This record gives sequence, structure tokens and C-alpha cells, in this order.
Amino acid sequence: MTQALGNPVLDRAVLDPVFAPPFPQAVLPVLRNPQLRKNVAHAIDVIQGKRARLVAEKTDWQALRAAASQVRELALEDLGAYLTEFEERCTAAGGHVHWAANAEEARQIILDILREENAKEVIKIKTMTSAEIKLNPFLEAAGIGVFETDLAEIILQLGEGEPSHIVVPALHVNRSQVREIFERRMGLKDLSDDPHALTDAARNYLRRKFLDIPAAISGANFLIAETGSVAILESEGNGRMCLTLPRTLITLAGIEKVIPSYKDLEVMLQVLARSATGERMNPYTSLWTGVTPGDGPQNFHVVLLDNERSSILARKTERQTLKCIRCAACMNGCPVYRQTGGHAYGSVYPGPIGAILTPQLMQMHHAQSLPFASSLCGACYEVCPVKINIPEVLLELRSQVVNQERRTPGRFFDPMYLGLRIANVLFSRAWLFHLAQWKARIGLRFFTGKDGWIHSLPSVGAEWTQTRDLRGLPKQPFHAWWAARAKGAK
Amino acid sequence: MRASLFITCYNDTLYPETGRAVVALLERLGVELSFHPKQTCCGQMHANTGFRAEAFSQAKRFVRMYQDAEYVVIPSSSCVAMIRDQYPGLFEELGNEELRKQFRALLPRVYELSEFIVDRLGTDDVGAYFPHKVTYHASCHGLRALQLGDRPFRLMNKVRGLEQVALDNLDRCCGFGGTFSVKNGEVSSAMLQVKLQDVLATGAEFCTALDNSCLMHLGGAMHRQYAGMKTIHMAQILAATEAQPAETTL
Repeated sequence: MTQALGNPVLDRAVLDPVFAPPFPQAVLPVLRNPQLRKNVAHAIDVIQGKRARLVAEKTDWQALRAAASQVRELALEDLGAYLTEFEERCTAAGGHVHWAANAEEARQIILDILREENAKEVIKIKTMTSAEIKLNPFLEAAGIGVFETDLAEIILQLGEGEPSHIVVPALHVNRSQVREIFERRMGLKDLSDDPHALTDAARNYLRRKFLDIPAAISGANFLIAETGSVAILESEGNGRMCLTLPRTLITLAGIEKVIPSYKDLEVMLQVLARSATGERMNPYTSLWTGVTPGDGPQNFHVVLLDNERSSILARKTERQTLKCIRCAACMNGCPVYRQTGGHAYGSVYPGPIGAILTPQLMQMHHAQSLPFASSLCGACYEVCPVKINIPEVLLELRSQVVNQERRTPGRFFDPMYLGLRIANVLFSRAWLFHLAQWKARIGLRFFTGKDGWIHSLPSVGAEWTQTRDLRGLPKQPFHAWWAARAKGAK
Repeated sequence: MRASLFITCYNDTLYPETGRAVVALLERLGVELSFHPKQTCCGQMHANTGFRAEAFSQAKRFVRMYQDAEYVVIPSSSCVAMIRDQYPGLFEELGNEELRKQFRALLPRVYELSEFIVDRLGTDDVGAYFPHKVTYHASCHGLRALQLGDRPFRLMNKVRGLEQVALDNLDRCCGFGGTFSVKNGEVSSAMLQVKLQDVLATGAEFCTALDNSCLMHLGGAMHRQYAGMKTIHMAQILAATEAQPAETTL
């Protein structure tokens, strides 16, 4: 579980489930920001369109999906053994493996390594896991300069923004906003909106850092148990610079990232590239095993992070959450995310996967509104390349939240809770249900207009009538019609 | 052929005309229908809102009530999806072996309306007449959970006088989601508006579906916005004939 660092600067309310407002409130500023909604909808429509075309050309897509799902299930089935195997192989190849039970331990391990190396600065490949443990503010507070190298992460770091997506973290920022950030933070004048000009500016900014900074931090897309190798997929080549130029490389990875064997990559790379960026093949796929003398980082550390993952693993329905390979197809396909973007989820993991992962990482003590942030349309499950049944996990978590809340006094008289409890009593006795239908019709007549429609309701009903009308209740429910007809027939 | 009609709490209370249409339609096709007078709800609302204990009691009630039925026909995709996708997990959790056995025996006899007509009655021509321009909204549960596929389109193709207009982004949710529409009313409304733009762009007179919950959502916004389009459950289209036109009360 991510903990507050006890420092007001580090404990930024943004994207921290501990401080984030509930989803229904968090969405309001976004829903009232047409430019932001346009940026988000446009970006994910483009990605999802590419994905759909490339998935359609794979006639064996469903078989690939099933295979990818099996690889992940197999890894989780015997996670302890595969992790031990990874540790052995990685250590034998000259790497150092560290085990971190939580965010605090992981941060400290990384800081200790950097201090031992006398590193004053560190470059980073985009890693959501490092955002999960709030690594950047922690290192900066310890006096270490942290420099992101992924283009989107640079934009966010320089613009002091927060990621809104796990694959394209700056998806909510448009080109002219990027130009403004670069001009301001890189001290450039008259930069144009042209992507080439912006890329050049980023390149100039990065080159010196690649050459001068002796330590790098990465995440991992896959840890391969069989060989002790680490795999990273990226699109810009900046990641590869971080993986090859510095003397020291620290890889931070959730324990669930392991796959059993090298050949499993055949399936995983196919489904990941298509699902994440809508590409047949990922542009820069880096694979390395321990240390190669005289070539690349000579000091290689892997920090294996648990941070609630083993508790998730122990739960029957929820464990599938750990199959995730962070492709983001679920958020790109999600009609809720399309409207809200990522920030409203109050977590570095937004969208449908975030809605199930975040509350679990918080031991269900925070982010309880997220499992309800879904219409249960099932689009996420349909596109998931490793077949995580997200709606099923959402329902499980909803039930846990209701069990937590239903006995608290505040919720006991909450109209929604009260209504659902009453509904259960009615549904259990048909005569009561029928009586309630009759009473509801009489009661609602007060709210029903001359046109037979209800335009405004109080309490929970107001949530409906703020944008929708409701037809007034009919005089004769179906069961009464049936009974009358049966009587007439006799 | 005999079938028992599970009308659903929603249709019973809010859309009895859909139920009347199902009766007219299936009786015309030679089905001997029965209706259990004590039926209420499948438990979907409770299960989807996290009230699992309450969902249990509705699920048990459903299985006990219908275990002797030859077939159960339900004119609501999401309720059928509840029974197919969620009942097994609920009963497993409950650990009541007798109930599980009854459920396993009952499940293959539970049909959504279009499934029942196409798969069980073996026809896609129900002899309907509906001289209007219609667009079909594939509800998420019909599309993904039940995989209704081309059944609704085949049924509409054979309706005399009906002109079908294809809906863009057919697989996009309308934003209803049961209690989601009030718990997350703002997001739900934003999703609804996006969907409504596609629906209205078809220029159809009617938007139809096999689930009145999406239609209540879409129809509620159409009425609020004076959009000039109406919603109608497909059962009402399929029941309509020259002699007995559809009840289009909206």
C-alpha cells in the first residue's frame, strides 16, 4: 500500500487514492472541460481504431488471446517458484535481486543503491510502478535529481502534470500545450507546434543527460524466469539509451511481471504491441540478462515489489487482476474513460484496470468509489489480451464495499442503501411488490406532467431527471393485465 | 410448445406494453404461454450494486419458481445475462448443492426473446408489419454477454415495411448501467449524449433494442430534448401486424 510520506510537498493530493475525492465528484472538472474531453476522446479513438484494424487482420486472435491468458495464469499459479528461478538466473548472470514487501522498502532500496554509487542524478524510463510507489518525489527529497526520458513523461515532469494513461501518460495534453511547456522549462523561444520541432527540442534536452548521468531506473514489461532476463518495450529509443549508457541500472518490477519461459514472449509480444499501441511489432524491444562485462551497465539491480500483490494473489476472483500486462486496451475501449480521462480515477492506474487494481492496492481502505465507476458494459473484458474478466472483479469489489459500508450509520439511511433494502423485501413477496407498484404510481402522479412524463424527481431520482425524463408509471402493470385476461378467458 | 414468461420487474412495472407484445407475438407463433403470478425480479440490480446477499434471495426464488418450466422466455438481455453469468458464481458461493443441481438443469431452458424465436422456434419470419424507419441499438449485454449476433437483424429483415438504418459505434454503451446512471449520473449523462448523437444521426423514426433499460435511458433523453425520435422494444415491432399495429405510446 502506498503510504503518505509525511511531507506536504510529497503527499500531493493528485493521483493519490488516499486523498483523491470519490469518482463522481472527481469527474466534474473534467466533464466541464470540453478541450480536455476532446483531447482524450480523439487520442483513444485513434489508438483504438489502429488496434481494431490490427486485431482484425489476425485470424487467430482469439487463440492468441487464450494463449496469452494461459501464460499469465501459469506464471501466477506458481509465482513463488518462478520468482525464485528468476532470482537464481539473474544473480548467476551478475545481477542483484532485492525483495521489497512494500513501497517504503522499495524506495529505500533504490535510494541506498544510488547513494552507494554516489549518484546525484538519475535518468528514468517510463515506469508506472515507480509512480505507484511515489519514487520521484522521494528521491528528489533525498537530494537526487530525477530526469524522465520518455517524451510523454518529460512533458508531465516539466509541466508538473500527472499521468492520465498508463501507455500514453500525456494523452490529455495537446501539441500547443507541449510547446508552451517546452518553451517555459527549456528556455526556448519561438518554438513551433510542429511535432518535429518539439521532438528536436526534447532530443537536445535529453542528449546531455544520457551522456552525463551514470544511473538509470527502469520498470519491466516482463521478467523471464527461465533465463533471468528482463524485457522492456518502448517506442522512442530513449529507453534503450537508459538501458545501455549508464553504469548503473535499477529495474523496479511488480512480482507479477514474471513469465515462465523465453518462448512465451512469442505470444506476449504479439498481443501487447497490437493491444497497446496498435502496432504489429513494438519499435524498441530491449532484452537483457544480468551484466555483460565491458558492455552496458556494469551494476545491475532488480527490485521485486510486492506492495499488496501477494494478498491479491490469494483471492480467488481478484487474482486475475495480476494477469495484467499494462497494455491499456481496457481504458482505450472504455466508454467511461473516454468521457473522464485518467485523472478522475485518483490513481496512477486509471480506467477499468485501475478501477479494480487501485482499491486492492489500498487494501480496500481507499478508492472504494472506483469499482462503481463502470456501466458494466464489458468492453474492457472483450479487448483484454489476457482475458481479465474486469466486470466480474468489479462486482466482487462492489460487494466488498457494500459489506464494509452497509452497517455504518451514515449509509444505513442513505437513500440508495435504503431503497435497495426495501426493494429486496418487495421482490421477496409478490403481493408486496404489487402493492408498491400501485403506491408508487399514486405517489409519482404528483411529479408527472400533463404529457404523462416525469421531468423532475427529488433525492436519488434527481440524478436521473437532471438530464433525462421518465415516463409516468402505467395504470396497469403487466401481471394485472395477464390476470384480467385470464379471468376474461374463463 | 409451452413456455413460461418471465417478464422482469422492470417491464412489469414500467413497460407492460412490451409484455403484452411478447404474448401476442409468441401466441401467434403457436407457443402456449404461462405466467407465474408470483414472479418479481432476477436480482440483477442488487448483484450489480454489490448487494450480493439480496441477489442470492432473488436468484434462489427464480430457480425454485421456474424449475418445472419447459422453457423460460425473457424479453430483457441484461436479465438473461444475470442468470447465465452471475447465478453460477452466486450458487457456488452459497454452496447449496441441491440448488446448483436445479439451476444446472434449468439454465439450458432459459432464453432471451430473440434467441427463443430464432434458435428454438427456428424462424426469423414472424409475420410482422411495421412500416417505419428503425435503427437497432445492440445493448451491451445482448452484444457481449449473450452474443445475440445477427439474430435481431434477421428478425427485422423479415418485418414487412420496415426500413433498417445502421447505427454507428454499435458496440458503444449508452451509459445506463442500472444504478450507475444515478450513482455516477454525470458520467452516465455524458455517455448518453455521445450515444444519442449517433442514434439521432440515423434519422430513424424509432430506436429499438431487446432491453427496455437502455431504451428508458435513450428515450428519457429523447423526450427531454424534444428529439423527435421514439424508442420501442423489438417485441412490439415483431408483434405488430396490419390488423394490430404496435402500441407506440411514447
